[in-house]
Amino acid sequence: MAKKYIARGSAVAARMLGGEMMVMSTADSTFFTLNDVGSVIWQAADGRTPLSEIVASKICEEFDVDQERALHGADRFVDELSQHGILLVSEQPLVNSAPPPESR
Amino acid sequence: MTSTVTVSACDREAVPIEIGGMTIALRSHDRSFLRHLSDRYAGFVGSVGRANFEFDIDLYEPSEPPAADDGLKVTVEKGDWLLRRGDFRARWDPNARRGFIRQAKNPYACDSLLRIVHTLILAKQGGFLVHAASAIRGDKAFIFSGVSGAGKTTISRLAPPDATLLTDEISYVRREGDRYLAFGTPFAGELGRPGENRSAPIAGFFLLAKGPENRIEPVHHTEGIQRLLRNILFFADDPALIELVFQSACEFASSVPIKRLVFFPDQRVWDLIR
Repeated sequence: MAKKYIARGSAVAARMLGGEMMVMSTADSTFFTLNDVGSVIWQAADGRTPLSEIVASKICEEFDVDQERALHGADRFVDELSQHGILLVSEQPLVNSAPPPESR
Repeated sequence: MTSTVTVSACDREAVPIEIGGMTIALRSHDRSFLRHLSDRYAGFVGSVGRANFEFDIDLYEPSEPPAADDGLKVTVEKGDWLLRRGDFRARWDPNARRGFIRQAKNPYACDSLLRIVHTLILAKQGGFLVHAASAIRGDKAFIFSGVSGAGKTTISRLAPPDATLLTDEISYVRREGDRYLAFGTPFAGELGRPGENRSAPIAGFFLLAKGPENRIEPVHHTEGIQRLLRNILFFADDPALIELVFQSACEFASSVPIKRLVFFPDQRVWDLIR
C-alpha cells in the first residue's frame, strides 16, 4: 500500500482554543472543530511524515488504540478535510506545503 | 437637523461620515445629494479636517431599484480595492487614502461603500462589523446578534429608557488594546432610525433566541466563535483578510463572554442585561 503524506493547506486559518483546534477554510469558510485525535494529526501534518507513521507514533500510543482501527479513522478524517482543501494529500512528501502549526 | 456640508479644497463639497472614530469624507458636485447624505447620517457627520479617507462620488440616474449586497464583488488589484455591484463601481487606494465611486443617485450605494470600507479597515485592526443590535447600559455595551428574524429589532424596541441604542442592525466592534469597544452606527434595520454616536467597552455578546421565558445560557466557545463568524459582515474575496477575521473572532471570544440570550418578547428581558 502506498504511503500517504499529509500537509496543511495554504488557504486555512487555524486556532487552538480551550484545548480544541478550530480550523476554517478561507476559500469556502467551512468550519471544523477537531477532536483530540484530529488535533494531533493536524499538528503532525508536516508533509514529510507518512500518515501511517503519525498514527503509529502519536495516535496509537497516546490514545491506546490499535494501529488498524486508528489508521482507518485517520484515513476518513484526512479524506474529509482534504475535500475542503484543509489538508493536502499525496503519495510523495509535500516538503514545502505545511506552514507552522497554529498553537495560540 | 441637517448637519454642515463643508467646502473642500477642491471644487467638490464633502460630507464627512464618522463611524467608529473613523471619518470617511464623501465628495460630490451634487449639493442636493450631499444634503440628503447629511440628513441620512445625521449624528454621524464629523469634520472634513479629520477625514481618514476620501471618496469622490460620480452620480448617475438609476434605471433599476438598488441591488442587495448579495451581488457584490470585492476584489483587490495592484493594491487597490475594487467594489462592484449593480448600482455602483468603486476603486479605493487605502495607501493614498482616496477612492472613487460611480453610483446610482441613491444613498444605498453609500451605505454599502461605508460598510465595506469599514470592514476592510477593521479586519486589519482586530475589529469587525456584525449583524447585531447593540446598546449601552451603565457604561457597558452589550451586543445582541442573530440572523434576520432572530429578534434584533425586537430587543431594541424593548430597551428601557436608561439604555442607549447603538444600532438595531449592524454593530461596530473595534479593538483598543486588550479591550473591545462597541460604537454606534447609522445602519438601521426595521427600527428605521440610526443608533446613537457613542461607544463603550463591550461587557457581553449574546446570541439571540426566542423562547417561552427569559434566561441566559452558556455557549461552548466553539459554537460561539462559529456563530460569531456567521454573523460577521465580510465581503472581500481575500483569503489573507478572511484569516484575519477568523483570528479576530477567536481573540474576541477569548476576551468577551459569548452567551445565548433566550427571550420572551417583553421588557423583563432587560432585567438580565446589566
